Order: sequence, then C-alpha cells, then structure tokens
Amino acid sequence: MKILEEKGIYRLLMVIALSAIAMLFLIVLFILKEGLPFIFKVGINDFLLSSNWHPLTNNYGIFPMIVGSLWVTLGAMVVGLPLGLAGAIFLSEFVPRWAMRIIKPTIELLAGIPSVVYGFIGVMVLAPLIRDYLGGPGLSILAASIILGIMILPTIMSISIDSIKAVPNSYREGAFALGATHWQTIHMVVLPAARSGIIAGIILGLGRAIGETMAVIMVVGNAVKLPNSPLDSVRTLTANIALEMGYATGMHRQALFATGVVLLVIIMILNYSATMAIRKMGKNK
Amino acid sequence: MIVHPRYTQVIAISLLVLLTVFTLAILVFIIVFVFGKGLPYITLDFLFSNPQDMGRSGGIFPTLIGTIILPLIAILIATPLGVGTAIYLTEYTRENRVTRIIRFGADCLAGIPSIIFGLFGFIFFVTTLEMGWSILSGSLTLAFMILPTIIRTSEEAIKSVPYSYREVSFSLGATLWQTVRKVVLPNALPGIVTGIMLSIGRSIGETAAVIFTAGSSLRLPSSLLDSIRTMSVHFYILAREGISSQNAYGTAAVLIISILLINLSSYWLMNRFIAKRTK
Repeated sequence: MKILEEKGIYRLLMVIALSAIAMLFLIVLFILKEGLPFIFKVGINDFLLSSNWHPLTNNYGIFPMIVGSLWVTLGAMVVGLPLGLAGAIFLSEFVPRWAMRIIKPTIELLAGIPSVVYGFIGVMVLAPLIRDYLGGPGLSILAASIILGIMILPTIMSISIDSIKAVPNSYREGAFALGATHWQTIHMVVLPAARSGIIAGIILGLGRAIGETMAVIMVVGNAVKLPNSPLDSVRTLTANIALEMGYATGMHRQALFATGVVLLVIIMILNYSATMAIRKMGKNK
Repeated sequence: MIVHPRYTQVIAISLLVLLTVFTLAILVFIIVFVFGKGLPYITLDFLFSNPQDMGRSGGIFPTLIGTIILPLIAILIATPLGVGTAIYLTEYTRENRVTRIIRFGADCLAGIPSIIFGLFGFIFFVTTLEMGWSILSGSLTLAFMILPTIIRTSEEAIKSVPYSYREVSFSLGATLWQTVRKVVLPNALPGIVTGIMLSIGRSIGETAAVIFTAGSSLRLPSSLLDSIRTMSVHFYILAREGISSQNAYGTAAVLIISILLINLSSYWLMNRFIAKRTK
C-alpha cells in the first residue's frame, strides 16, 4: 500500500517537474507559430531591414524599432552601469554589515516598484525638464534611457554586491599585505575576481531593459523613425507590440507576433550569455 | 603623470560616495514623490467606491478586487507546480541531464519579458482556448510568469533544511514522501512563503501581461470568465490617456503601499527564517 503511494507520488512529482519546460515550450511554440510564417512570407530582409512600417498599406519593416530598442538599451546602460557598479562597490566594500542589512532590502524593495510608476514619473518629472532645458519633445531616447537606467539599478546592484561579497577575504588581505591601498585592492584584486558575476548582472540588466514595455511606452514618444539625436523620439520593439496589439487583426497582428519572435531571439541570446557567465563564476571558485 | 596611490584612493572613494548617494537619492525621491502627490487622495471613499466616468472621478473599488483576485488565483495554480518541481529537483533525483533541462527551462522562463507573456496569453488562453479577456486567462498567464520564482525560492528553502533532519526521519522508518511531507516541508515553509509573497508583489505590479489577457473592464466581475482591470492597468490607462492625474497619483500610492507591505512582510518572514536556522 505504502509502496504504491510512494511510487504514485514519485510519478506525480516527475510530471509536475516538467511543467516549467512544458510552459516554455508552449510559449515558444505559439509565438513562433504566429510569427514565423509571417516573417517567411514578407522575407527576413524586408521585415528586419526595411524602415517602412505602414500596416494599413501592408508595409511591415521593423528596422526603426530595432534601432530604437538598441539606442534605448544602450542609453540605459550608460546611465545605469556607472551608478549601479559604484553603488555596489561602495555598499559591499565600505558600508558596515549592520547598515547593509537595511540598505540591501531597500534596494530590493525598489525592484518591486511597478514599471508603470517609473514611466509615470518619467512623464511628469523628467520629460518636462528635458523639454525645457535641452529642447526637443521631451519624450525621447534620453528620457527613456534615464528611466530604464534607474529601473535596472536594483538588478545590477544586487547581483554585483553578491559577487563582490563572494570574493574570499584572503584575496583582500593578500593585497593589503603587499601595501596596496583599499582602492588599489578593489580595482586590481576584488573586481577582477568578481568579474563574471558582475557581467552576469549587467547582462540580466540588459535583458530587463530591452524587454521593458510599459515604462518605455510612456516616456519614449513612440514615433516610428530613425533618430538623429538622443533628444528624438523613437519606438522600441516592445512598445510596437503593446501599442498596436489592442486593435490589430490579420496580417497586422501576425506582424506584431513576428516582432515578438525577434524580441524572444534577442532575449534568449542574452540569457544564454548570462548563464555562461554565471557558470564560469562557479568554475573559477 | 603618476598620481600617488593615496590620492587615487581619495578621489576614487569620494566618487563612489557621490554616485552611491546620488543613486539612493533618486530611489528615495521616487517613493517620496509618489506618496507626496498620492497620499492626500487616498480616503476610504476612494478605496471603496466605484469609478465614475472612466475613472475621471470616483474610486478604484473594482480594480482593488482585480488586484487581489488575479494574483491569488495565479498563486493557487503556480504554487503546487513550483513547490512540486522544487521537491522533485532536491529530494527525488540527483543532478543529471533531466534536472539540467528543467533548470534551463525555469531560467529561460524567468528571463522572458512580460510583453511576450502577454502575447502568448492572448493567443493561447484568450483566442485558442476561447476563454476571452477574463480573470482566468489573466491569472493563468501570471501563473506562467511567476512559476520560475517559486521554483527557485522553494528549492533554496528546501536545500537549507539540514540533512540530519532527514536522516532522523528515515531512521524512524519513515518513507521518502513521509519525510518530505512531515519534516522537510514544514521546516522549509517560511522560505517557500517568502517566494510566494515576492511573486504576489510581482503580479500586482504587472501591466503588459495582464492588459492583453484580463482586459480592462471596470465592472465588478460575476464569474471567472469576466474581464477585470487591476490597479496597475487602471493606473496605466489613467496616466497614459491623461484621464485624471489626481486619481492616477492616488492609485499609484495605493499600488506602492500594497507592494511595500507585501515585500516587507516577506523580508520579515525571511529574517525570522534565517534567525531560526542559525540558532
């Protein structure tokens, strides 16, 4: 009796354990099923490299959105990387343990603020500032970069803090014993040792920036065109999907799923590189 | 020119302090700004009356209901799957190709942007399974989204239960499942609950995946197949369509308060858990 129950439970758990992979399979399958036929019908080159996005006349080129996503993500990195890294180094090397116990949860709490709230602050505070002092429409690559840069701070910081803390203390003691200052120890010993973890944090932050939708829609202006300066408005891949999904039908809707396929491929590549970086970190130890 | 290490030390550290203070200031500003603008509008009437005129005036009651019910059902679906997966990975099998594939699946799922979940939920639950824009489609989509978090946190919690506990249970003649059910799970419970709370927080703040699956109806739902609007979606619509910045600030403040409450209680739980472990 008991043995039967044990066997039953084992089987059940095994099936349950396959749920995550089954879900991933379903998601990829359905996105591809809707998007891939469209890409082949229009042609990969015309879809990815044409700048002509006019669903009404059946012109589907997402090149401006790819460029838009790249600009905004790059900008988010320029804003978020120095702040996040500096914060992580300072907090993990100079701040005492008891203070960290308050600061680290605070950072993680901030990761929980909904993206729409960040977007709203971008619209109400940041965009008017940019419009008044730098010109342009305000809703721009610059505004989106700053907002996204702030949004990815918690991701970059908490992973970097973890990997800096994971560097054995003996490394630091060795450097101090050689007469290095604390800063020399940090940038010559600690940071190189924590490198793969920090890179993983950066890549995950990249993924978050490229996949963010609602905040970006609110602050980036969403104009379908190639930008000339950071003060121009662009549209990202994610925004393209979310903006037009509400009313798209037929070919147009397939085009949005095809945009999703492109996004999915980019994200998969990023995640794969992050996993590799983390695995390398494990090996180095 | 070579700068003396003593000076580079001073320069570097002042820069680090400056950037850190700047970073923390931004983050504090966001909270203070939203609370400063939003808190004055939060009254019992605002929380418990129906919106008038598309949300231009009136309260947020239906969205409050939506914000509670959608994450709740998502959790009810995802928890058994997530905890079951974690038990299988930690107690029932060794590291092998199958566990690597399962972990890879969970990691990939964790990295997929919410708009993709929205697209998938729309084409799979709303269209293919013909559930329409409904509470059910929305919560199933959210369940897909939070599953990796629950797997990961449950796994950590189960792993942190000392092996000696299991040995004692086995030596008393308990079977593997009895040990899991009566020894491992009770001890891992606070950690598992923490993961669940974090997932609730994430589902409350989610917009992109919800708006295309649960819709945005402002009416109170009468069944699981009715459309519903969550606070995040309501806030997004109010803010983006410029319907009412007053009500938008109010909704944002309620939203942040609920997420802070949930996250704080999960940290409290986790600390208690760690304190108990290290005793």
